[in-house]
Parts: sequence; C-alpha cells; structure tokens
Amino acid sequence: MAVNVIQKYGFLFSELVKRDFKKKYKRTVLGMTWSVLSPLLTLFVMRLVFTRFFGQNIPHYTIYLFCGNLIFSYFSESTNQGMASLMSNAGIFTKVNIPKYLFLLSKNVQTLINFGLTLVVFLVFCILDQIVFTWKFLLLLYPIVCLMLFNIGLGLILSALFVFFRDIQYLWSVFLQLLMYLSAIFYTIDRYSHTTQCLFLLNPVYLFIRYFRKIVIEASVPSIWFHLLMAFDVAVVLGIGCFIYKKYHMKFLYYV
Amino acid sequence: MRILEVQNVSVLYMTGDFKEIGIKEYLIRRIKGDYHVNHFWADKDISFSLDKGEMLGIIGANGAGKSTLLKVISGIMEPTEGTVVRRGTIAALLELASGFDGDLTVRENTYLRGAMLGYTREFMDQTYQQIIDFAELQAFQNHPFKQLSSGMKSRLAFSIASLVRPDMLILDEVLSVGDGAFRKKSEEKMREIIHGGATTILVSHSLEQVRSMCTKVLWLDKGRQIAFGSDVAKICDEYQAFLAAK
Repeated sequence: MAVNVIQKYGFLFSELVKRDFKKKYKRTVLGMTWSVLSPLLTLFVMRLVFTRFFGQNIPHYTIYLFCGNLIFSYFSESTNQGMASLMSNAGIFTKVNIPKYLFLLSKNVQTLINFGLTLVVFLVFCILDQIVFTWKFLLLLYPIVCLMLFNIGLGLILSALFVFFRDIQYLWSVFLQLLMYLSAIFYTIDRYSHTTQCLFLLNPVYLFIRYFRKIVIEASVPSIWFHLLMAFDVAVVLGIGCFIYKKYHMKFLYYV
Repeated sequence: MRILEVQNVSVLYMTGDFKEIGIKEYLIRRIKGDYHVNHFWADKDISFSLDKGEMLGIIGANGAGKSTLLKVISGIMEPTEGTVVRRGTIAALLELASGFDGDLTVRENTYLRGAMLGYTREFMDQTYQQIIDFAELQAFQNHPFKQLSSGMKSRLAFSIASLVRPDMLILDEVLSVGDGAFRKKSEEKMREIIHGGATTILVSHSLEQVRSMCTKVLWLDKGRQIAFGSDVAKICDEYQAFLAAK
C-alpha cells in the first residue's frame, strides 16, 4: 500500500516540496543563509548574555547552548509551519481531491532541510571547540528521526486545531516561549533536587536536547530507558495526531 | 461502460458560527448561548449514472446544490448518505484560477497542477509544450503567475485539465470565462474530448451551452433532483418554463 501511495503521489509531493522551498527562500542564496543565520544569532546573544551566569560551571558552554538552540529552533519552526500548512493550502484541498497530509509532510521536509543546514554549522562549531568525534555521533540519528516524527505528530494535531480555532496560533507561541524556558537551553538542571530533575524528563523537547548533549559533550550513550521514553513520547503524539487527522480530515472544508 | 454511478446521495451541509472563530470567542458565545450551527441538506437523494463518452449538464438556480454535488463526485467531500462509484481518473476543475500559487512561475504552476490532477512527470514533460501552446502563454512561461490576467489564468487551467485526457472531466462554470475566441476554441476542444471518449460533467448557467453540447441533463432545485434524462431539449424547456414562471 505504501508503495502504491508513493507511486501515486510521489510526483505531487516533490512538486509541493519544490514549491515550499522556492517560496521560503525566494530563490535567493541569501534566503537560505538567513534561515541558518537566525539560530546562530540567537546562539550568539545567549552566549554573550548567559556565559557570566551559567557558563563558568558548564564545560563547552557554546556547544551546550548550541545543542539546545539547534533542537529547539527545529522544533518551533517545524510546529509553527506545520500548524499553518493546512490553512495556507485551503484553496487547494477544497478544490482538488488530494491527501491533505501531503501539505504537512512537505513543510516538514523543508524544515528538516533547514535543520540539516544548521546541523552542519553545529558540527563545524564542534570541531572549533575541540570536541572529539566518536562513533557515538552516529547515534544522533535516533533523536533526529524521533524529533522529526514528533514534529509531524504535533503538526497533525496543531494543523487540525488551527482549522477549528484561529487563536491557537497565539496560544502556541506563548506555550513555545514557556517551553523554551523549561527546556534547560541555557542552564543546567544539576542544582535542582532529584525529583525536580525527574520532572524535566516529562518534557519531550528536553529529552532530545539532553540526548544531543550526552553524545556530543559527554561522549556517553543514554540508557535504554532514555531511548524507550523518547520512543514512547513520539508514539503517543504521533498516535493522537493520526487519530485526529483520520477523524476530522473530511470536515476541514466546512471550516475554511 | 459505467464510469460514474451516484446512488441516493445526500449531503448534510453545515454552516454557522464555527467559521473563522477562536477558542475565546467560541467559549464566550457558548456561555451566552449565542452559538449557532445550521445543518441543511445541500443535496437530497440524488441518483444518476453516466456511461463512457457521455456529457452531463447540471442545471439549477444558485443554491441548488450543484457545486456540493460536484465536490462529492470528485471525492473532495464525503456524502452523508448514499454511495458514489467512480472508475478511472477524474480531473475536476472547480473555480478555475484557485489553487494556483501566485509566486510560482507559469511553468511551475503547470507542473504542480498537473501533479494535483494525478499525472506523472513523464506525461507532463511530454504534454507541457502542448498545454502552453493551447493556452497561448508562450511568452509568459517564466513569469510569476500573479502577473497574468484572470482570462489568462483560466485559459491555463482549462488547457491543463483538457489536454491531460482524464477519464472524467468535471467543469464548473468554466466556459463562461475567457474571451470570445478562446471560448470557441475551448468548446471545440470539449467536443474533441467527448468524441475521444471522456465522460464530462458541466455545470453551466448557459442553457444554450447545455442544449448544444450535453447528452444528458440533471436538474436540481434546492438540493432535490427534479429531473434526469437524455431528453436534453425537453428538460431544458421545462427548466426554462420553470424559470419564467418564477
């Protein structure tokens, strides 16, 4: 069945990805640079502001910050774009019979490419910061794939909610702001009590960031439970997302 | 060969305060009791079938349920009751110029639209030149779509849909756009398609067009099926008398 779908919609999907790509970068090299530059600027400001308060006790603080920014900017861009993906294509899916999830997936391909570009810069920074590259870096594929699926799952939920309620956009940006502070992007959680530290594990975005830091900075592999917890979070979100999509996707056209 | 079979199709359409609303407004309206959703039958108990090569004209006043029926036939909407059985590929052209992207070029839009209509890249590579020639847009291929006039836009839309040879073509008020010369050309094209064996559904307010082109007529009024048959002239006469009596 999957082969069938790819055969049938492969061409359409590639055209949609091309469209999103062209619109995003406006056919300029600068457009592409800009989307890498923006997380770098955040990184730069954070490095400047927080080093005095947190940087002294954290080894490789730049990389520490970069891990957080890398993951969080991918997460926030992907969910924001995913949320709008259905509404911005309403003119198409109310007139042509095509699977609506293609719009979300195409946006996610685009944000993934963006993430990939930033990741390259990240690796360059690792070299500059004299991080030792080990085979364990290959394990980073696991959180990346998980995060991608997690973003798609959230995209399915948010895009449906956005069709029904237009102020989700604002609520989500407020939520993202709060989540950013809760994800230990620029501080460590070592000073908190053991219970509080465990509470951080409830935040899936923190898990992804933590995984990156463990591999890159500490050169250690997270436990099997850590892996399972991550997979569980992804499965739950993706499951809810698919359920909502399946249940409501024929209703969307009444709301746009 | 049966291409399309519509059996007892009914669509319960909903409209009301849920459109373009936020959670905040939703809750406030809910508390005040000022939240209304209307359900009504946009189509009720519609049944008809089409064979290969037939051309169906759907007639009826505004709000008769024509567009909703087309959406059900093309699979954009699900019928609340009844079944629709389709065979082969369908190209639906509902509200022509929509669905194009203003920032993309004419060429990119052509490929995108072709992909939406279910055609392969190879097919588009082969047919692209023909589409542009027919739409007479050779000089605009690499211009952004938003620079085209609305006539050009619908010419392109029509060309893509008609040159890609679907098994079934659905046209909603398509032929009423474009200038006189192009209209004539597109009508010729339509005849060619019909003779080539494609099944076509045409929604038109121009009875003249329906009389001269269609082999079957479906008359809808307020969601109900008043008449369906191959006696085009008779049903059109009745419809005209009905309009005159109003």
